[in-house]
Amino acid sequence: MELALTTTGFEASNWAHARPRLKAATEEKPWVRLACITVTVLFLALLLFVPLASVFAEAFREGVRVYFASFSDRYAIAAIRLTLLAAAISVPLNTAFGLTAAWAITKFQFRGKSLLITLIDLPFAVSPIVSGLIYVLVFGMQGWVGAWLSEHNIQVIFAVPGIVLATVFVTFPFVARELIPLMQEQGTEEEEAATSLGASGWQTFMKVTLPNVKWALLYGVILANARAMGEFGAVAVVSGHLRGKTNTMPLHVETLYNEYNFVAASAVASLLALLGLVTLAIKSAVEWKVRRDYEAAAVSESS
Amino acid sequence: MAKPQGIKRNVLPGFGLTMGYTLLYLSLIVLVPLAALFVKSAGMSGEQFWKAVSNPRVVASYRLTFGASLIAALVNVVFGFVVAWTLVRYRFPGRKLVDALVDLPFALPTAVSGIALTTVYSKHGWIGRYLEPLGIKVAFAPLGITIALVFIGLPFVVRTLEPALSDLERDGEEAAASLGASRWQTFWRVIVPTVLPALLTGFALSFARAIGEYGSVVFIAGNMPMKTEITSLLIVEKLGQHDVAGATAIALVMLLASFVLLLVINGIQHYAGRRYQGAV
Repeated sequence: MELALTTTGFEASNWAHARPRLKAATEEKPWVRLACITVTVLFLALLLFVPLASVFAEAFREGVRVYFASFSDRYAIAAIRLTLLAAAISVPLNTAFGLTAAWAITKFQFRGKSLLITLIDLPFAVSPIVSGLIYVLVFGMQGWVGAWLSEHNIQVIFAVPGIVLATVFVTFPFVARELIPLMQEQGTEEEEAATSLGASGWQTFMKVTLPNVKWALLYGVILANARAMGEFGAVAVVSGHLRGKTNTMPLHVETLYNEYNFVAASAVASLLALLGLVTLAIKSAVEWKVRRDYEAAAVSESS
Repeated sequence: MAKPQGIKRNVLPGFGLTMGYTLLYLSLIVLVPLAALFVKSAGMSGEQFWKAVSNPRVVASYRLTFGASLIAALVNVVFGFVVAWTLVRYRFPGRKLVDALVDLPFALPTAVSGIALTTVYSKHGWIGRYLEPLGIKVAFAPLGITIALVFIGLPFVVRTLEPALSDLERDGEEAAASLGASRWQTFWRVIVPTVLPALLTGFALSFARAIGEYGSVVFIAGNMPMKTEITSLLIVEKLGQHDVAGATAIALVMLLASFVLLLVINGIQHYAGRRYQGAV
């Protein structure tokens, strides 16, 4: 008998067998169920799937040759390179930070811990435009260190360093916020056992802590990477939109779009969409793997 | 944030080093730049600040931004509930795919969402061409902005509600049914009140994301001053005109609005006694 329960497992199904009448009483009529499924599928198809498909349709409208020509353009290549560079700097920096912060926060007791966690989450509460603006206020011409920078001929805003900084800001919490709850749950027993057996702090971290959090770490890293490559607003503020110099891929999409070059804009956008789809696929795979491991652990514990 | 404390001395090494690095990096990347916003605003005279944040064009942008965000969040509460309910309670072919699709707005770069929605809802687009003869203008109108905000806000409601719905004990529903309540009564009197904190959290998260949204909106908005100009875009325009002070003042208003919402969300979670895994 097929169960409409999400609280699957043995007890639940036995229970439903024993009390069939109550089970029926906690279920909706077939037409309600059908209506819910229809609304869900239609709503998501119209709102999410159709726009996604349209990007690819528009990108290939003038054929495969034109599609690929959109990437061999000098400015497109420069944009792809800059996007990769920004991600290659910001993701490792924030991964290192996430691991460090998670170790300090979850392996020790100190006052102000929840305040610190809130502060780490802060960039998520700041809108993209404001995220870019605050760097203009520090490094821009009228900014705190703007005069000093221009004296020394260093350009941050409307240049690559500004783009990297803005990207670091918007991807700041991703790794830390995946690791902290998990490591808090895992406690410190295993690490304490390792150190009492003579392992150094670094060995303990590499051999005990890291393997325990590897999936959460991967999860955080791929989400941070997707955001780093796809960020638009924060980067738009600090970029200056200099073609071939400070245009990242999303900004290049905007430039092309504003020139009514819809096919090329959609082609570059389709590449970014693929990045999003790959991210989703990895994310789902990691979630599936973690759930399976968790269930396997539960079964071996109960037997 | 001083030394580790507690009855038992912690044997693990590295507290000083890791905490020091955490605080340094946090300050350099997040706290100091954010402080610049407050310091810069404090440098303006009260009158100057007020003029910058209350001129009619700015007020029109607040009305549009907050209005469209509110409507979008309400739409998401209704449809997000149906989607979350369907995904949690029913099994149907393609359910896994539908489930994965929900995260699309999180995974898709906002500029891509922006041009995708504009393409679909413009006059000749796949959906727009059917709405145009009915006199419904979506792209380059407030309706388009609202649709973009529904798009980016939906996963917040669904992903916040799902755990609450799957944790729902069937006991309550069974008790209600055995006492003679209809399914509809059970839904309104038992299920909805139980998941209300999650629903409110999802609403607030979706609303908070919408008021700051930029990438998915600017393409479809049309960006006409007083009509379809959102506040984020106005900040960009002010920066383009080298009016850094004006941009900063409006940005401060937006930042404070986000902080208030963050407090509200924390309040709901505190009240409900659990932390919902609000997706990013």
